This record gives sequence, structure tokens and C-alpha cells, in this order.
Amino acid sequence: MSKSIAPVTPQAELPLGKSGKKGQRPQRAPGEKNIWQRLNNQKALILMSLPFVIWLIIFRYIPVFGWTMAFQDYKPQQTFFEQEWVGLKHFQDLFNEPQFFRALENTIGMGVLGLVFGTLAAITFALLLNEMRFTKFKKLTQTISYLPHFVSWVIVANIVTTMLSVTGPVNGLLTSIGIIDGPINFMARPGMFWGLITTAEVWKSTGWGAIIYFAAMAGVDPQLYEAAKVDGASRFRQMWHITLPSIRPVIIVLLILNIGNLINIGFEKQMLLGNNIVADRALVIDLYALNYGIGMFRYSFGTAIGIFKSVISVILIVIANTFAKKIGEGRVF
Amino acid sequence: MMKTRKITVFDIVLLIMMLGVIIVTLYPFLNILAISLNNATDTARGGIHILPRDFTIANYTEIFGGNANLLSAFGMSVLRTVVGTITGIIASTMLAYTISRRDFVFNRPISFILVITMFVSGGLIPEYMLIRDLGLMNNFMVYILPMLLTAFNVIVIRSFMDNIPMALTESAKMDGANDFTIFWRIIIPLCLPVIATVSLFLAVGQWNNWFDTYLYARGNSNLSTLQYELMKILDNTNVSQGAVTSGNAEFIARQTNPQSIQMAITIIATVPILLVYPFLQRYFVTGLTLGAVKS
Repeated sequence: MSKSIAPVTPQAELPLGKSGKKGQRPQRAPGEKNIWQRLNNQKALILMSLPFVIWLIIFRYIPVFGWTMAFQDYKPQQTFFEQEWVGLKHFQDLFNEPQFFRALENTIGMGVLGLVFGTLAAITFALLLNEMRFTKFKKLTQTISYLPHFVSWVIVANIVTTMLSVTGPVNGLLTSIGIIDGPINFMARPGMFWGLITTAEVWKSTGWGAIIYFAAMAGVDPQLYEAAKVDGASRFRQMWHITLPSIRPVIIVLLILNIGNLINIGFEKQMLLGNNIVADRALVIDLYALNYGIGMFRYSFGTAIGIFKSVISVILIVIANTFAKKIGEGRVF
Repeated sequence: MMKTRKITVFDIVLLIMMLGVIIVTLYPFLNILAISLNNATDTARGGIHILPRDFTIANYTEIFGGNANLLSAFGMSVLRTVVGTITGIIASTMLAYTISRRDFVFNRPISFILVITMFVSGGLIPEYMLIRDLGLMNNFMVYILPMLLTAFNVIVIRSFMDNIPMALTESAKMDGANDFTIFWRIIIPLCLPVIATVSLFLAVGQWNNWFDTYLYARGNSNLSTLQYELMKILDNTNVSQGAVTSGNAEFIARQTNPQSIQMAITIIATVPILLVYPFLQRYFVTGLTLGAVKS
């Protein structure tokens, strides 16, 4: 959009000169002759920001500096200068561990399932909600749909285990309508674990995830629907041919961001819902880093895992972004 | 958009589907509420849906009277939420205000180092080492300091402040007010909607956090929280899920068992959220959409 008006803008700005520029800094207060006086006048602002700048450096930048640990044989009792540098040794170790590939497989598996079903569920829910006619009921549905987002994973894990327990409602329902012969112990079936996590994820995040799509749908020009109605389009065809194409840029941008986060699925759900029986399917990268890095005091090794994750994340987001650019869709960068 | 159209089959199907969504969302909570209000021994027979069969409040009295540990965990959950939200909101609004002032000398560098943190993070192990080196292990401040600021919250507040007319602060300055007075007397009162949103995010984050207790404060039982206690019970029952634990004699005498207490804790941990978020819905939806557009 901005491209089409670009040739006009410079001409329009010319006669105004510098003083007419937008976003120019406000005029200096009288008596602000040099930088020192300006600093003096703004000492309240400086005092208000300084503690938090220091905070940012300590809590957000020093850990990044900690990445150096991955290239050392880090020993906590030694200072930075006494550490032994080992180059890429920990990364080599990492790629020689079968457990690591298991963790990678589980992370990507659950990440992809969560991304696909999470996105589909959120878009479908937003579409249906958008078509709702009964305004009060629509608002109520929306409010209720946010609830699972606000409760913790501990609570969700508790809900899942209660619902799926051998004597629980899900087993009761499935048995009574004859889908299964007897109760299944869902929590102890390794083959079901990915599905279980994905279901829990969809249950928790669909309502919240739909907010952005729903907001985008509210911005669609009503005239489009009026025109479609005149042409005799059904509600389904309106959804398919008007609503969905209109929110396509939003879908693409969110997909790119989510693909970048594919590997950052965290460990909370796997840690809380996993157990010894399904451990092989529940081990994800973060859990692996936690077990080895902190549980076994292999700090350097754990840090290397974190760096590996960040690198993959950047690669994924670049690929997704390039792909979106290629097919001529909105992109993030 | 759709003013007075006839209600069609389509609308009815939609209504039924949405009812389905509501049931799937709410049933688990109602079921857990029913179990938490039911006699623990009776619950083991199964078949409780949304109404208790053998009503009792024993599971709740166990938390608020019988078990000193759980009561203290509840208190700690409340304390960290209150302190964490207040400190977090003060920090976020102050920093947001300084970078919303275009004339501030350090506006650009501070914005820059803030935004970078959205894309780069040290990761689990380096953060763990930092907390340890700072001596925050098993210290209450481990709940407050690391969560003080997030770039997202600061940017949401800043975007809101950008819409406040410059003339307001200019005229206050003419009257001789200093920057802090302007912030406190003019900016804060105008920012209440966004403060409500960010407070909700902060409070929910604090209330729900169990992992920092698990990682950093396990060694100090005074710092245990409700979420962490729930996580511990869950951890113990997970493997034997479904196998009915009869519980020990002590619990039977008090007509309760860990499973039923687990349900009662779940309800206690959910209720505060239920009481707060529906009323702030209007604000956080705007805040979220705005934040998404900006990033």
C-alpha cells in the first residue's frame, strides 16, 4: 500500500521543508543550551529508567553471555578466566547421544501436531463464533472459551488425569456408547502420549488463540457479504470465499511466528503429564536439558542444548519467512 | 452486518456446536468441583458427574485447617501474586513512560536493549546459574525479581501512552511539575485500562507459576505455593492413575484422601482466576490485538 503513494510524498513534503516534518522532537525547553543541561532537566526520567536498565542487563543480558559456558568445561567454583575452553566438544557429545535424537523427535512431533491442530482449531472456532447470531450467547461462549488459557498447566494436567482416569468420565462415556470394551489407562499408553498432549493443548489454547483471528474477521468489509448474498452465496461459501481469504495475511504471519517457535514447546505439559511408562515419548529437548544440565550438573552440556535450540529456531523462522515471501504472501521481516 | 435475518437451520446447528464447546470447557471444572465436595471414600466408587453424591466440606477444611503446609502454601501464593503484580506494574509503567517520552535523551538506546530481549534469551541453564550466583535460591525474591519486566508488557503500556496527547504533559510542565509528578499525577490515572490488562497478565503469571518453586525454592518449605503442592500430589498419583488409593488411616478418619484434596486445591487455584478475568476481558482483548499488531 505504501508503495503506491510513495512517489507523491516527497513532492508534498518539499514546500514545507524540515520544520514541517512529522515526529520531530518537541522544541527544547528554554534554558536547555547543551546536553548537560538537558540531562539535568531530565534527571527524573533518568532516575526512573536506570534501575530497570540495570535489571535488564543483569536478568536478560548476563544469561546470554552465559552461552560461553557451552564452549568451556564449565566448573562453577572457577572464575571465567580460569575455565578451560573446549571448542565444540559439547556439541559433538550432543550429536552422539541417541537420547538427544529421541528428544528432538518428540519435540518436533508434538510441536508439529500442536501447531497444525492448534491453528486449525483456533481458526475454526473463530469462524463459527463469527457466524453466531445470538449476541449474548456469543459473548458468553467467548468468555468461557478463555478460561482454560488462564489456568496453569498443573491444573490442566490434573483435569486431564481426572477426566482420563480408569474410573473417569471419558472412559465411562466411551464404554457406554460401545467404542471400547473396557476402560483404558490413557496415561500409561506410550503410543497415545503425543495425541494426549495435543488434545490437552487444543483444549487449553483454542479460545485464546482465536482472539486474533476473530478480531481480524471483525475488520472484514460488510459490503462483501452483502454482495455475496445478492449473488446467492450460502453461509458456508461466504465463510470460504470471503472470511477466510480476508484473514489470510493474519494466518500467514501467525504461522511464521509459530513455526519459529515450533521447537520452543517448553516442557511443562510433558513434565506434568509424563510418567515412567511413557517417558520415551515424553522426553522433549527442554526436559532433556533440565535433566542433564541441572539434574546431573552438566552445565556446559545443558547450555549447548539451549544454543542448539535457538539456532534451529532461527533457521525455521527464516525458512518460513522465505517461503511466505516466495508465494507472495505477507511476511514478518 | 446481519440485522433482521430469519433464524435458519444453520444458526441452530451453530448454536448446538457452541453448546458443545461450552460443555467440553466447563464439564471438567464442574466435575472436579463435585468431587471436591464429595466424601472421598464415596468418590472412589466412581460415577460422580456435576453434583456431589455424599456432600462434605472435609476436603476444604483439610486445606484451611487440618494441614498447616497447605495453608501456608495458599498464603505464599497470595503473597507472591500481590507483591509480584504491584512491583511488576510499577516497573513496567515507569520504564514504559520513559521510553514513551520522545524528548528523552536515552529513549532510543533503552528501547533498543528492551526490544532485543524479545528475540534473544539465555535459556534455562544460564538463567539457573545466574539465580544461583545472585544468591536468590530459596529466597522469596526469586519469585519477584526475575519476573519483574517483560518487553511485551512494557511495549503494550507504551503503545497506550503514545495516544495520550502531548499537550497534557506540556501544560503540566509549564505549571512547574517535574517528570515524576507528571508520570504519577497525569499519566498513571489515564493509563488505568492498560494497567488493568497488564496487572491481569502479571497476576495470572505469578499465581500459576510452579516451575520457579520447583527449580529455585524447593529447599525452603516456607516458600511452597499452592500450584507446587498440587504438582507434587499430581506427581505422586500420576503413575498409579486410576488405581484407587485407599489412603492411610489418618486420612480416612478425616474423611478425605490426597486425590480429593487435589481436587479441592484445583478449585481453590481456579476460583481467583474465574473471579477476575471475565471483568477485564474488554481490556485484554484490545491489549492483545494491539500487542500482536505491534510485534
